[in-house]
Amino acid sequence: MPHIEIRDISLIYDTPSGSVPGVQGVSFSIEPSEFLCIVGPSGCGKSTLLNIIAGFLTPTGGEIKIGGKIITGHGMDRGVVFQDFAQLFPWRTALGNVAFGLEMKGMGKAEREEIALQQLRLVKLEKFVRSYPHHLSGGMQQRVAIARALAYNPAVLLMDEPFAALDALTRDDMQRLLAEVWRETKKTVIYVTHNVAEAVYLADRVVVMTPHPGTVKIEVPIRLARPRDPLSVEFLDYQKELLRHLGGGAVKA
Amino acid sequence: MSENADRMRSYRRAALTLITVAALYEITARSGYFPRVLLPTIPTIARTLFDMLLDGSMILHALYTFYRVLFGFGLAIVVALPLGILMGRYRAVEGFFLPLASALMPIPSLAWVPVFILWFGLGNTTTVLVVFYAATFPMLLNTWSGVRSVNPIWLRSAGAMGADENAMFWKVIIPGASPFIITGMRQSFLRAWIAVVGAEMIAASSWGLGWVIFDAKEFLNTDIMMASLAVIGCIGFVFERLVFGSLERATIQRWGMVRAAKS
Repeated sequence: MPHIEIRDISLIYDTPSGSVPGVQGVSFSIEPSEFLCIVGPSGCGKSTLLNIIAGFLTPTGGEIKIGGKIITGHGMDRGVVFQDFAQLFPWRTALGNVAFGLEMKGMGKAEREEIALQQLRLVKLEKFVRSYPHHLSGGMQQRVAIARALAYNPAVLLMDEPFAALDALTRDDMQRLLAEVWRETKKTVIYVTHNVAEAVYLADRVVVMTPHPGTVKIEVPIRLARPRDPLSVEFLDYQKELLRHLGGGAVKA
Repeated sequence: MSENADRMRSYRRAALTLITVAALYEITARSGYFPRVLLPTIPTIARTLFDMLLDGSMILHALYTFYRVLFGFGLAIVVALPLGILMGRYRAVEGFFLPLASALMPIPSLAWVPVFILWFGLGNTTTVLVVFYAATFPMLLNTWSGVRSVNPIWLRSAGAMGADENAMFWKVIIPGASPFIITGMRQSFLRAWIAVVGAEMIAASSWGLGWVIFDAKEFLNTDIMMASLAVIGCIGFVFERLVFGSLERATIQRWGMVRAAKS
């Protein structure tokens, strides 16, 4: 049975100039422990779709099942990482941020800090446990955000372009780190990006979306051994294939 | 090291300002253009202040005033902080209380003193209520603005991590709005301090710094008046710099939510 089933999801925005479909009739499913990337140009509804899966937005049509149950609103079966560095709480240390979800579950201080410390070790930040977010670089802040989303052990990790605001070198490091974290934690991941190379590097399968209205154009499984070599011919072939699919949906003015 | 040097420099600058102003005052007082009884020299004021501190009367006056300020200020925080948060979070609460606040806010707190005297008589109740009135609105409006300016991504993240409404209040909204809340407390305290002296002039009996000043007028004791003004200024200054300054450094400045000003 698939872990997540997205069935005929639509979201229609009411604007002063009439109703605009953000996403329309989107369906696909995700297997347990699968790494799925959603790729598309800006405005294709990929972030909207992620926010619907996270439960922050209510679709105007269709349903989403996680583990066989239809979701309503957000829940602790899903961890979310956003693009914005500001997602961390500035008034809490790295450890305090990571422990937040466990605190909400009512776990005792010693126990939750122990788990938070393990999570920070997983993203290689054990030296910065007591640092406040404003003393950390962008890449470190995003690693704290990943640790925070994993700390309360959700089965699904939802990521909305988490590395898009980082410089290219840091982004490469972060992708390697995320691939490691995913291998160790076996989470089901839905990862939204507009970066084709990132999708080929990370994903088991890529869902390509095109805008106006936001629909799924095609699903491309990435059959490459891990860790992947971004300079190999096969890697570049996948990139070309994805770009070809995306090119067809470019803005026609 | 540079932080220490910066601090020394700022102390030196502050001292220079104070000394210059004091010197100008002293020159004017000694110039002979004004009656000495209306413009006592600084040594006279200092001696009076010293005597009043020594016999304990000034300390008692200050304690009375301080008690009224803290009581009224504390009451204002207890009322305005939760109300401001609710106003920022729920449209209905905002809709009910905002017009009320807008209508009451422009009324000077001292304008209530005669009314309160009729209702509650002379003494502590009236002065505390006037302080409360003066201190409530800055706290309320700042908290309200602070809650509305809390970054929505914090609410979203906290919601995703299972925060209920209670946790949202205490662990996200209040710390998230803390730069505004601390500013609100600062302004409130200042207003409270201003209001208490005025209220004591009219409504207090026998004790309080405001009462001393007003009472001293009857006997042309300008030195007592000046000494009391100095005490009022000092306590306000100490509170503003030490209490709120440290609070700010220990919280929002440490968290990087506000920065220290450039030197």
